[in-house]
Amino acid sequence: MADVTLMKTPAETALAQAYESAKAILPGNVESRAEAFELFTRSGLPHRRVEEFKYTDLRALMREAAPFAGTPTASEAKAALQSAKALAGVEALQVPFVNGHFVRDAVDFGSLPEGVEIVPLAEALASGHDWLARLSPVAWARQNPVYQLNTAFMADGVMLRVTGQVETPVHLRFVTAGNSAVATATRVLVLVEEGASVTLLESHESPNGANHQPNDVIEMVAGDRSNVRHVRLNAEGDGALALSTLTLKVGAEAEFFSINVVAGAATSRHQVFAILDGENTKARINGMTMVKGGQHADSTLVVEHAAPNCESRELFKTVIDGEATGVFQGKIIVPHHAQKTDGRMMSAAVLLSEGGTMNNKPELEIFADDVQCAHGATCGQLDEDLLFYLMARGIPRKEAESLMVQAFLGEAVEFVEHEGVHDALVSVVEGWLRARA
Amino acid sequence: MPAVQETIDQVRSIDVDQYKYGFETEVEMEKAPKGLSEDVIRFISAKKGEPEWMLQWRLDAYKRWLTMREPNWARVSYDKIDYNDIYYYAAPKNNPAPKSLDEVDPEILKTYEKLGIPLREQEILAGVEPQNRVAVDAVFDSVSVATTFKEELAKAGVIFMPISEAIREYPDLVRQYLGSVVPVTDNYFATLNSAVFTDGSFVYIPPGVRCPMELSTYFRINEKNTGQFERTLIIADKGSYVSYLEGCTAPKRDENQLHAAVVELVALDDAEIKYSTVQNWYPGDAQGRGGIYNFVTKRGDCRGRNSVITWTQVETGSAITWKYPSCILRGDNSRGEFYSIAVSNGMQQVDSGTKMIHLGKNTTSRIISKGIAAGKSDNTYRGLVSAHRKATGARNFTNCDSLLIGNQCGAHTVPYIESKNASAVFEHEATTSKISEDQMFYCQQRGLSEEEATALIVNGFVKDVLQQLPMEFAVEAQKLISISLEGSVG
Repeated sequence: MADVTLMKTPAETALAQAYESAKAILPGNVESRAEAFELFTRSGLPHRRVEEFKYTDLRALMREAAPFAGTPTASEAKAALQSAKALAGVEALQVPFVNGHFVRDAVDFGSLPEGVEIVPLAEALASGHDWLARLSPVAWARQNPVYQLNTAFMADGVMLRVTGQVETPVHLRFVTAGNSAVATATRVLVLVEEGASVTLLESHESPNGANHQPNDVIEMVAGDRSNVRHVRLNAEGDGALALSTLTLKVGAEAEFFSINVVAGAATSRHQVFAILDGENTKARINGMTMVKGGQHADSTLVVEHAAPNCESRELFKTVIDGEATGVFQGKIIVPHHAQKTDGRMMSAAVLLSEGGTMNNKPELEIFADDVQCAHGATCGQLDEDLLFYLMARGIPRKEAESLMVQAFLGEAVEFVEHEGVHDALVSVVEGWLRARA
Repeated sequence: MPAVQETIDQVRSIDVDQYKYGFETEVEMEKAPKGLSEDVIRFISAKKGEPEWMLQWRLDAYKRWLTMREPNWARVSYDKIDYNDIYYYAAPKNNPAPKSLDEVDPEILKTYEKLGIPLREQEILAGVEPQNRVAVDAVFDSVSVATTFKEELAKAGVIFMPISEAIREYPDLVRQYLGSVVPVTDNYFATLNSAVFTDGSFVYIPPGVRCPMELSTYFRINEKNTGQFERTLIIADKGSYVSYLEGCTAPKRDENQLHAAVVELVALDDAEIKYSTVQNWYPGDAQGRGGIYNFVTKRGDCRGRNSVITWTQVETGSAITWKYPSCILRGDNSRGEFYSIAVSNGMQQVDSGTKMIHLGKNTTSRIISKGIAAGKSDNTYRGLVSAHRKATGARNFTNCDSLLIGNQCGAHTVPYIESKNASAVFEHEATTSKISEDQMFYCQQRGLSEEEATALIVNGFVKDVLQQLPMEFAVEAQKLISISLEGSVG
């Protein structure tokens, strides 16, 4: 295709201006920000001619760039957190963020659970904290414009270190408040030490009708024999443009589980860049997406088996109603030396309405000859025979559909071990189905 | 589990250094001046005695081509092609003259003899059962040197001739369909082809006619520094049937040669076209020197109701393969099928697959693709299945397996599955038993193991087509089909 120089869009111009005025006050290493923004500027907002964004044309979807949110006052933060509902019933260590800024007053640093350490990111960046050196960015992420934007603008976040068997879940609660659109760029760095274990929850919410633009990144390094369960809930308001990235490097003989649940936002894109870096590690990355109306939800995934004998399972379930669009792009990479890899990727989608769209792209890239990799993708409507069976037993059609959708999505959620979290996610599904009926 | 020994041996037997068709033929050639320009296009058009509209069509394509860029999304890499360092027209000196085979240069006839292509009708009649007869159009560099069984086909109403002849004799038919499946502006290589295509086959099957024999075209690149740009157009009118085979070879050379063809198929109501390819262009040597760049646009249009288009391809040759035989399923109840076996050795790079575009109601498609990579080659399957808003009841089943031999090569799968219709059911590589549980059950009940049964079912139809190939290497093609994919990586 002709590589003509594209005109800068209003959003790109606004981002460039925002960067110019913010770079002097943003904390930490100026060079890495400048480098990231330079890389971003070179390619601009990705559009449909960029393979990785073929189905999510960010250039068209992000017409304007919202201004970055300032630090909320103590009372604003308190009010925002009081109204927060996502995963509210789950007993956990709360690590709250309002408008992209860490609310440190809400955390009692003196009585953190044993094995958990938290350092505010702005402080860590400013002082060049020595944990920062232990984080090595995943190459796939560095080339990614969404990640680059976050790197250029990240203003706040936390560093979290887990050193033991932590029973209480750690809940990263992100709330964007107010009705005028703001952008946020948060980053959470998670270090899970050798043999440590933790359940990490993430919830993202904002009021309906506001066109907020959150862009958050979790960068995780999990050591040998570690065990991490990660549950992310997107419960953003119906106007939000939510971009998020999870990067992961996990050591040997570890277990990793992550699920991203999409129940909100006008447009969302969740990216996972995972590297299985030690032998005999098992990773399961799931997704559960419910979209309706004109929503657009994208799940993008790259799993690199960088060591032999690892196992990965990816299961993504999407339910589409109205004129919504679902996207799944997954890629398993197996280099020459990663023999005995066992990777399985599956994306299944159900279209509940006439106008919905599902785009699937399950990719494999294999260079080792003694591996097992499978990928599958299905797309269709609910089975009429099964619906008939249920309706013949006196269950109204909508209810029968709900039962089948619950069963369909349930497969992705059943791997959530924590009972409270599991139940909370099930009620998210129920809530979505109720709103539909 | 790694590949089984039998498979390794079979793939080795067609490794790049085993290429059997690498000889060269000494014939006096007439060429257009080197390079690409309007003058060269006028030269080609004049050589072919084309009407004015055809020349204009070519020139428009050329102008468009000048504004286009070479695509770079495929997983292949090669040095930049100098499009002005190629001869776009090369033909044996006595052309256009030969009225019968006796007038064709004996060297050329010997070439085809060596390749095992029967050009003499009597010999074919003498040796083979009548039902296995095959009509051949032999294309040597830029021109068709012989077409067999023309008279007999004409009796059935079938038109089978070089496309340059068809442009002169059936201009209305050609004009109606040429470029209607692959538009002039479709892509870089198709546009280049539209500007400079030199020959290829034209087939028209009238309504209700079952073509009385297999049709085939045999492409041979012989001359140095030339590109081959052929264009094939097959039209199956209402209720007709045709099976068409295509074979290709080239001499061993250190230079890379470009082959940019366009194939257009049109199936009207209730018509069926089977298109099979055995692609065995010179793949280059073990170090990756030489070989053909095979950049081909093939597309079938199931324009009528209940029409069927089947693509079958056995790909063993070419340094680089870039081709995606596709089906546009426009007519209601139409069906598209794609069966492919791509074996890459040495330094070969294959990026191939298909597109099934469901537009009509109750359209069905099936994709079975097997990629086998050995040596230092890269083998990519890239496929699109899409259902548009009106494609109610569309169905697709896709199954693609890859097998790696050694850990110096790569196998990649890039499927795109896009559905805009709730009632469309797409399955990409679900379990093998989904192919047809009844058939599996039937086979297993008779004592076949699950793998044997799967192989039998998956390969059955492919074998069916290949058994009828007239070419010598059909034997090898059949061997390839039976290669076990035990140990496939995914």
